[in-house]
Amino acid sequence: MSDKIFHPAREAHEIFEASRLTGDATLADLESIRHSTSVYVYQAPVRIWHWVNALAITVLCVTGYLIGRPLPTMQIAEAYDQFVMGYVRFAHFAAAMILTVGFFGRIYWAFVGNSHARQMFYVPIFNPRFWRELLWELRWYMFLEKHPKKYVGHNPLAHVAMFCFMTLGLTFMIGTGWALYAEGAGQGSLPDTAMGWLLGLVQNSQRLHTLHHLGMWAIVIFMIIHIYAAIREDIMSRQSMVSTMISGHRMFKDDRID
Amino acid sequence: MSTIETFYDVMRRQGITRRSFMKYCSLTAAALGLGPAYVPKIAEAMETKPRTPVIWVHGLECTCCSESFIRSAHPLAKDVVLSMISLDYDDTLMAAAGTAAEAALQDTIEKYKGNYILAVEGNPPLNEDGMFCIVGGKPFVEQLKHAAEHAKAIISWGACASYGCVQAAAPNPTRATPVHKVITDKPIIKVPGCPPIAEVMTGVITYMLTFDRLPELDRQGRPAMFYSQRIHDKCYRRPHFDAGQFVEHWDDDYARKGYCLYKMGCKGPTTYNACSTVRWNDGVSFPIQSGHGCIGCSEDGFWDQGSFYDRLTNIKQFGIEANADKVGGTAAAVVGGAVAVHAAVSALKRAQKKNEEA
Repeated sequence: MSDKIFHPAREAHEIFEASRLTGDATLADLESIRHSTSVYVYQAPVRIWHWVNALAITVLCVTGYLIGRPLPTMQIAEAYDQFVMGYVRFAHFAAAMILTVGFFGRIYWAFVGNSHARQMFYVPIFNPRFWRELLWELRWYMFLEKHPKKYVGHNPLAHVAMFCFMTLGLTFMIGTGWALYAEGAGQGSLPDTAMGWLLGLVQNSQRLHTLHHLGMWAIVIFMIIHIYAAIREDIMSRQSMVSTMISGHRMFKDDRID
Repeated sequence: MSTIETFYDVMRRQGITRRSFMKYCSLTAAALGLGPAYVPKIAEAMETKPRTPVIWVHGLECTCCSESFIRSAHPLAKDVVLSMISLDYDDTLMAAAGTAAEAALQDTIEKYKGNYILAVEGNPPLNEDGMFCIVGGKPFVEQLKHAAEHAKAIISWGACASYGCVQAAAPNPTRATPVHKVITDKPIIKVPGCPPIAEVMTGVITYMLTFDRLPELDRQGRPAMFYSQRIHDKCYRRPHFDAGQFVEHWDDDYARKGYCLYKMGCKGPTTYNACSTVRWNDGVSFPIQSGHGCIGCSEDGFWDQGSFYDRLTNIKQFGIEANADKVGGTAAAVVGGAVAVHAAVSALKRAQKKNEEA
């Protein structure tokens, strides 16, 4: 009957009473919270993956660097009682396995999760409109546009970066990483069966090490840009950023349409 | 073929006792990673099979493979292998020279069509129609193709034949090319190293002659029994690596204590070979045991992997002296700086906008 029509359950003066009682809410504030909306974007598995992934990558970068350039020699005990490099490598491999499992879980979630969970895995390169919007977003970052636009998921620039550095980048790092791990695991082992062919392709293990090492720096560069852009967007754009990856809700700061 | 003696006949003729012969069979079985049950099989093969003719050709090379081969640790192994592979043509070791030698090659090819093994030491340069390496008045590449045509299998001795080695290092002016890129229709077994370990060479030949087939090969076409693990995996200094105890400078106290040579650019972790188990010169030592890192001589393109003394390889595409850390660190610093500047401009813009609105 009249279910579809909004009937405030309370009298007008009671709306947002709690907010008014705190004493700091202005009339404009109240008007704003009546309009502003939020969208549930990142489902729990995506958020959990994000933070587990972030932690794993941090561990992997630090320990990976220390494998390439080990800590100064320590003489804590005899070699059989000391395991410094061993623990560094253990942390690297353990984090890598968590990252690998997480990445496969994330791919699974792209299939069963909401539409935002799929965004990272494809770029609509054949859509000219996408490229125009990408250019527009670039102009926003170059201070050539006065006002940003609203986005529910990633903006086009973030979309491309996410695809290149995470989807492709993580695939590359997981592939080369497991190929390197296969060297120690031995021929005929599962990692060797799965990824050993990569060493055959690159031929020289030293080359494979160098490629994996360069990949780490690419991820580090992505991290710098990613964290900066997230904080900057949180402050300067028209929607929430950092808290979205905690609560999953994208909150919008205004009700203007673009 | 029936006119050819068996391996056993040859050994007995050379004054080798049956006892020594059985010892050799056991040693070979052990070296090939076979169980004791294979000893009588090897003995039987040796007693009944005719010797397999081998043609040994030399392209662009330094003869270090031959030098290694004739110094096989077990003297019996060397004698036996050298005599049992009825070495019909090897221009370095054979007595004949000039036209007679080339005639011997032609004789062997025609007599044993499809039955001989072609051992290649060195590689053919392909630039200028192969004129950078002339054997018997013709480019070596022609001799190689000619000899390979009727070969049963090909052994690529050493880094030269397997991967190209120093003559194929960038910019490779003569276009020295590994054997498998010139001969594509024959089974090829790569025995890389500069040179390969003598026992590895004799072991491979013995296996092929005993079992009449190629040994199990890995993805890169190397015999898995000798090249399936890295130097690092079996290195006696590995405990120091895991402990994080490294030589920091040549001749420091850690070097004297025999710590891991990882930081000194040892290529053990990226090199597949049997040095740390078989060792060299009758099992006396190997580079790491002598206090020098592995240079990775049995790896593809080992001359082009930067200095032998750097852990991180220099990447030529990014300038003369840049490694992954320098390239990546510089890029990260540039991006970090750009981010800082961008953040400052963003803050200014934001303040400006607020002023306008106020």
